[in-house]
Formats: sequence, structure tokens, C-alpha cells
Amino acid sequence: MNKDELLKELMQLDFMAVDLALYLNTHPDDTDGIEQYNKIIRAADVVREKYENMYGPLCSFRSMSGKDRFDWTDEPWPWQKEFN
Amino acid sequence: MWIYEKKLEFPIDIRKSDAKMAKVIIEQYGGGDGELGAALRYLSQKFAAVTPEAKATLNDIGTEELAHLEMIGTMVHQLTRGLSDKEIKEAGLDPYYVAHGLGVYPCAANGTPFTAAFIQSKGDPVTDLYENLAAEQKARSTYEYLLDMTDDPDVIKPLAFLREREIVHFQRFGEALDNTRDHLAANHYFFMPQDMCRGK
Repeated sequence: MNKDELLKELMQLDFMAVDLALYLNTHPDDTDGIEQYNKIIRAADVVREKYENMYGPLCSFRSMSGKDRFDWTDEPWPWQKEFN
Repeated sequence: MWIYEKKLEFPIDIRKSDAKMAKVIIEQYGGGDGELGAALRYLSQKFAAVTPEAKATLNDIGTEELAHLEMIGTMVHQLTRGLSDKEIKEAGLDPYYVAHGLGVYPCAANGTPFTAAFIQSKGDPVTDLYENLAAEQKARSTYEYLLDMTDDPDVIKPLAFLREREIVHFQRFGEALDNTRDHLAANHYFFMPQDMCRGK
């Protein structure tokens, strides 16, 4: 899977988590929903780790940096056309 | 995109309510040199930044300002906990109270609602960074004035932390400015080639 494909997969999983979390905020006893939510979080964590290992950090103040230079600043940023 | 972490950047546990202090600390929530304006300023300006270092600086300081906004909101909330009607009136918090109850509303200490007219995003990376150097200094002054207004260590500690962050941000914006100038070449201090500003 190339960088774009991996990122798209992560975006899909993270969006599912965002949306499901909103639902669970108002339905905290829906155990089926919780099971689905946890499954998505687990899957997203796997994809996130894979992406970061191959293509660099995703998260400010949380992702590890490469040893030689602080690769958080690497271009392109998400708002640049080269990113998308 | 953003995610939220369920913790404050610095612990806040104010044991004694203080309506007068709440009335002035709200300045840093929705006032002219407050944290909401700071966050919006940097997170809007980042689109016009031209070096990776300046992009990261604007993005990440803008993000930290959102954490500071939460800290100020927390302080206002804790300072107004359990206030009596009499205490609200005596502190002069009654005009705020009749409009917002004890909710946290983005306004200045004098009641002026937050407005984006407080900030600028000029599309010129040098101009923007100069604005930010001034903004960090103005916020530091405000924190110093706020520190003059209280003897409560529970209030002083987070205010002193926030004051210190203004100094660190000033330093980082200064470095981002140097870095941006180097990138644009020294003879372009006050002249921005049009294609630079338009991101071509």
C-alpha cells in the first residue's frame, strides 16, 4: 500500500471513530457500539503506527521523531496541494 | 486535524472563589490579547507561512493557545463556583451574570464580546510574524497586570505558567522570523515578491 492509500485508510478509520464517539457520548450504554468503537480504535492504531514508521510523524507533541533531525517540520503540510 | 486530550496543560485547583478575579481573568479568554485571539491568529496565519519551520511554529503555538484557552476557562469556572448573589453584586460581576449566568463567555474584562477585529492575518509571512511578536508581549503584560491583582497562590501558579509561555512563544516567533527572512533573502526585508505571497 502506498502513502496515499495508507493515509486514506487511516482517515476513514479515524473518521469512523470520531462519528461513533459522538454517538456513544449520548448512548454510553450501547455495548454493541462500544465493541465496534474499540475495534476501530485498535485497527486505526495499527495503521497509524505503520504510516508513522514509513512516512513520519502525524501528531504534534506525541509522535516520535527520526533521530537525525526533527522530521515533524517536513513538507508538505496537509493544507498544501502537494499533500493531497 | 485536531484531537482533544482529557487533561489540562498545567494543573488548576482553585479552592477559594473570587468573583472580582474572575471578572478580570476573562480578559485572557475573549479579550484583545487573549488566548482565543492568539489561537485564531496563528492557526489562520499558518496558511501564508513560507518555510517549514514557520509553518510548524504557527501550527503548534496556535494549538498550544487552545490549551491555554481551556486553562483560562477553567480558572474562570473555578473562581465563580458557589458565588452568592451578594458576592456577584459586590464584585460588579452582575452585568456579566445577567447576560451569561456563570457560564464562560468569550469577552473582554469590560464586557466587549470577542471579535476577530482583534487580530490580523495579512498574507505576508514577515508582517504576520511581527504581529505575533507584539501579541506575545501584550499578552505577557496582561498576565503581569493580572498577577498584580491577586495574592492567591492557586491563581498565581497557573497565571505565572501562562506568562512564561508568552516569553517562550516570543522567542520561537523571533526565530521563525529570522528563518523566514533568510528564506526570502536579506534584501527583501520590506519587499515581498508577489509570487511569494501568492504561494506560487
